Amino acid sequence: MADLQKLQTLITQVRRDIVRQTHGVNSGHPGGSLGCTEFFVALYQEIMDYSTDFTMDGKNEDLFFLSNGHISPVFYSVLARSGFFEVEELSTFRKIDSRLQGHPTTHEGLPGIRVASGSLGQGLSVALGAAQAKTLNGDDKLVYTLHGDGELQEGQNWEAIMYAGSRGIDNIIATVDWNKKQIDGATDDVMPLGDLKPKFQAFGWEVISVKQGNDLEHVIEALGVAKKHSGNGKPICILLETEMGNGVDFMMGTHAWHGKAPNDEQLQTAFEQNPETELGDY
Amino acid sequence: MKTYTNTGNIDTRSGFGAGLTELGQSNENVVALCADLTGSLKMNDFKEKFPERFFQVGVAEANMMGMAAGMTIGGKIPFTGTFANFSTGRVYDQIRQSIAYSNKNVKICASHAGLTLGEDGATHQILEDIGLMKMLPGMTVINPCDYNQTKAATKAIAEHDGPVYLRFGRPKVANFTPENQTFEIGKAVELQEGSDVTIVATGHLVWEALEACKTLAENNISAEVIDLHTIKPLDEKTILESIEKTGCVVTAEEHNYFGGMGESIARTLTKNKPVPQEFVAVNDSFGESGKPAKLMEKYHVDASAIIKAVNRVVKRKNPQ
Repeated sequence: MADLQKLQTLITQVRRDIVRQTHGVNSGHPGGSLGCTEFFVALYQEIMDYSTDFTMDGKNEDLFFLSNGHISPVFYSVLARSGFFEVEELSTFRKIDSRLQGHPTTHEGLPGIRVASGSLGQGLSVALGAAQAKTLNGDDKLVYTLHGDGELQEGQNWEAIMYAGSRGIDNIIATVDWNKKQIDGATDDVMPLGDLKPKFQAFGWEVISVKQGNDLEHVIEALGVAKKHSGNGKPICILLETEMGNGVDFMMGTHAWHGKAPNDEQLQTAFEQNPETELGDY
Repeated sequence: MKTYTNTGNIDTRSGFGAGLTELGQSNENVVALCADLTGSLKMNDFKEKFPERFFQVGVAEANMMGMAAGMTIGGKIPFTGTFANFSTGRVYDQIRQSIAYSNKNVKICASHAGLTLGEDGATHQILEDIGLMKMLPGMTVINPCDYNQTKAATKAIAEHDGPVYLRFGRPKVANFTPENQTFEIGKAVELQEGSDVTIVATGHLVWEALEACKTLAENNISAEVIDLHTIKPLDEKTILESIEKTGCVVTAEEHNYFGGMGESIARTLTKNKPVPQEFVAVNDSFGESGKPAKLMEKYHVDASAIIKAVNRVVKRKNPQ
């Protein structure tokens, strides 16, 4: 089992990285990034089996695909702090000539990224392809994905959900960041998703519900259960209830910080709530 | 003048199917995905021989494109199969982000392109696909002219590392290029030598250009015919060498003027050696139901249209 205190320290540091990255260029998406910090830390520190000596094919490694690419700040921070590239490179986020594009891409050769994402709804299909390639290659490692909840309004997801369920693709674990918010407001107001659990089940998926998606232990436990249940003839979906903006009080309880950067004063407040760690800022 | 013999009418999509089956045998990394058009794309043989490498995705083209992108991660070489309309317009953003921008080694194989799809009409007759695909950075765009060439192209693109759009058609058309030819991506084929005009044709219009050439010869017009099977990257050298000799060009394609092969040629000429050019292409309209030959006639994309265009361009070259 993990040294939870160490992981909590990393979570605090990742949150500092997220607000700094977005503040540094006065753009980017802090809300969803903050809400998924525990998920990313759990996945890269506890769950996945991977090499930081990055290869595109990732044979005999677990793979991760971020479908809702706009939460790149948390992805970049966790990749850097997991050893894929130097932490200092986070300072180039969204700047000219950077490998850390606004939305993740393979185009600039950033280690850890296997497909571009940003235009929503495409990640699950790509992950299914990678999962099927693993099966053809006799590679028993798993494919993980993350999706926004608002993103499920894109029809391509349901094509992929139908395919995975009907074909019994059981080397994939897809997590939905169910924070119930999107750019224009609450998902219930913009385009209600309904009850996602029976929807996924009706498409032939096993569903694991996590009420406390910002509690590290709960996240690790759910991912661990999902991993254990893989290979049983069904794709697995984790419905992870998170809070957009989690860890920075003024960003919580609203959709306003989906795509808005903190100003100088707000950055300081965020820092006070996520104090310096031994890991150090970039 | 060289003579080309039609060894028997056969559809280019069957050339794709035959090439794919050969690839299945020769390259274990080749996989095929199809969106409920296995028979139409002539993928049945591959499906029967290599069932573990054939993926039926249902009527879900967006998912198919994404899955194909994902399968390259792990070293597979995915060939997707559906109609040209559903291979491009319907899934443009999936191709743009997950395949082209992500530089995935996916082969987008598109049948029933253009007017010659026939009776199904304009909903299925895409005349914009070459433009859509050639605008994507890094995308190779290929439009072979007959069965033998389509088969050779299918095999050749498996050896090319990067995304490819392979466009072919539905109707039975003349088969006249050599069996077991070597297909060189990006290398135009000079089919006929001539001195008065260069006809650059692609896809089904190549045979029409050769037919036009015979009539033109009777009228003492010597036409050079270039089979431009690869639209991107463009073989500028072959085109410019020919233009140097003939001083004018007609481009012929089963596609809208806008975004078509002719525009690529025009750009090359403008940059290097401006000469008169006439375009044989669909005049910015949708198609309609009908027999392929009737449609080609009505929309002015056949041998007769090529002859008229040649007469116009030769006059422009030698104004009285």
